[in-house]
Amino acid sequence: MKVLVAVKRVVDYNVKVRVKADNSGVDLANVKMSMNPFCEIAVEEAVRLKEKGVATEIVVVSIGPATAQEQLRTALALGADRAILVESADELNSLAVAKLLKAVVDKEQPQLVILGKQAIDSDNNQTGQMLAALSGYAQGTFASKVEVSGDKVAVTREIDGGLQTVSLSLPAIVTTDLRLNEPRYASLPNIMKAKKKPLEVLTPDALGVSTASTNKTLKVEAPAARSAGIKVKSVAELVEKLKNEAKVI
Amino acid sequence: MTILVIAEHDNKVLAPATLNTVAAAAKIGGDIHVLVAGQGAGAVADAAAKIAGVSKVLSADNAAYAHQLPENVAPLVAELGKGYSHILAAATSNGKNILPRVAAQLDVDQISEIISVESADTFKRPIYAGNAIATVQSNAAVKVITVRATGFDPVAAEGGSAAVEAVAAAHDAGKSSFAGEELAKSDRPELTAAKIVISGGRGMQNGDNFKHLYALADKLGAAVGASRAAVDAGFVPNDMQVGQTGKIVAPQLYIAVGISGAIQHLAGMKDSKVIVAINKDEEAPIFQVADYGLVADLFEAVPELEKLV
Repeated sequence: MKVLVAVKRVVDYNVKVRVKADNSGVDLANVKMSMNPFCEIAVEEAVRLKEKGVATEIVVVSIGPATAQEQLRTALALGADRAILVESADELNSLAVAKLLKAVVDKEQPQLVILGKQAIDSDNNQTGQMLAALSGYAQGTFASKVEVSGDKVAVTREIDGGLQTVSLSLPAIVTTDLRLNEPRYASLPNIMKAKKKPLEVLTPDALGVSTASTNKTLKVEAPAARSAGIKVKSVAELVEKLKNEAKVI
Repeated sequence: MTILVIAEHDNKVLAPATLNTVAAAAKIGGDIHVLVAGQGAGAVADAAAKIAGVSKVLSADNAAYAHQLPENVAPLVAELGKGYSHILAAATSNGKNILPRVAAQLDVDQISEIISVESADTFKRPIYAGNAIATVQSNAAVKVITVRATGFDPVAAEGGSAAVEAVAAAHDAGKSSFAGEELAKSDRPELTAAKIVISGGRGMQNGDNFKHLYALADKLGAAVGASRAAVDAGFVPNDMQVGQTGKIVAPQLYIAVGISGAIQHLAGMKDSKVIVAINKDEEAPIFQVADYGLVADLFEAVPELEKLV
């Protein structure tokens, strides 16, 4: 079974971003970039499926700038077999990304597509569901467990009140939640080997996909700052403040 | 302009988040219709009809919609939604699951987790874990939007008297089926609706120690949450997670216990009215957003707090 994994290059999760002075966006100059954490979990799940003998080939794909090749090499070092970059310097919205991924799905015909549930930059949580809609496939979002058997996959999902398990016909789309697995680190020999694995570069034009969006970002601002309050010396003082000053208990 | 709001429910009870979503719809302006897609959800449709400001309830009652499977519900919403100016759903796990699928079927980009309505086509939403707020304008014929409940005060659950209209459309894609669920059973209020939330972090050391928080929560009528660190460490289940990738809460009082205050956690709770931090590390970043900070050993402070409140 072929597994397609989509990954996104984003600001490293440890970076506290700053809004640009002209409110056009956030300042990404000289900021550490990494693979989106949920995408790392997606790569790890695919690698585990291959180790279990369920997956036979892992293709990793990213939609983004030329520098996203770094994240694709990371995925190759973690165990993906080959990579595809759909190169676009523009910041694309989720629907455009989903359409590009659909074009890659049409080309590659994977049985399972694994994506992160959301990217930690745009915080949209849309692409997997949109790809599922465009492909006409079933979706198992926010997965904490994925079990393939025959032509079905059982996906246990993190939902608001607990867990839900759905059974999906393959091919299907899975988006990962935090507890699905704990991603491994790439070993040095694997990083070296990854440099020799194939990496194909495509463009939206070559895939015949329009990346126009119905959304336009007018401005980006810093959130209202919350200032630090006071330190209380004892539990008794805390209770007194909560009762008489804040009046919340 | 007519707005379609997707009701959040479990076939028995209308979830409170629906009231916040209707509030966002009211800010946009225009007629508000509510879609109840489910099975045997008549009581939910009746409750939706009573929501202040709702002029019509569409009831799609069919076995295919019983478990909110997106493969079946999204085509229904997309079909009905074509005639509306906006489609709104709460940014719950269910709304997040279904609505992007609807947006793609309508060939429009979705606007996720709005926290304010600037005009009928312009909205604010947090990005980068709430470290930036984007103002986004949509030129889509049908604007597809999820609503962050904490951004909108709920409308009254009573006062309306909308007509309930049955929708016959049955969509069963036949690609997915419900296999089971394990829902946490708790007498405490739901995290996102609670007036007081007490959360524990890595400082709790293990899951058993959360009993101190449960005891305090029961005395205050509070819900109990956790940081991602506590969930990752296996202390408590993921549905308790407060943060960028967990639940977003904005209670009257938020008590962070043994939580250092990573930006991902702050993203989920910094709109709380009053924040209390209890941590033995006085350098912990959580103190930078706390109204009241107590530098103390939580295993002494929490039981004492329970006695004094």
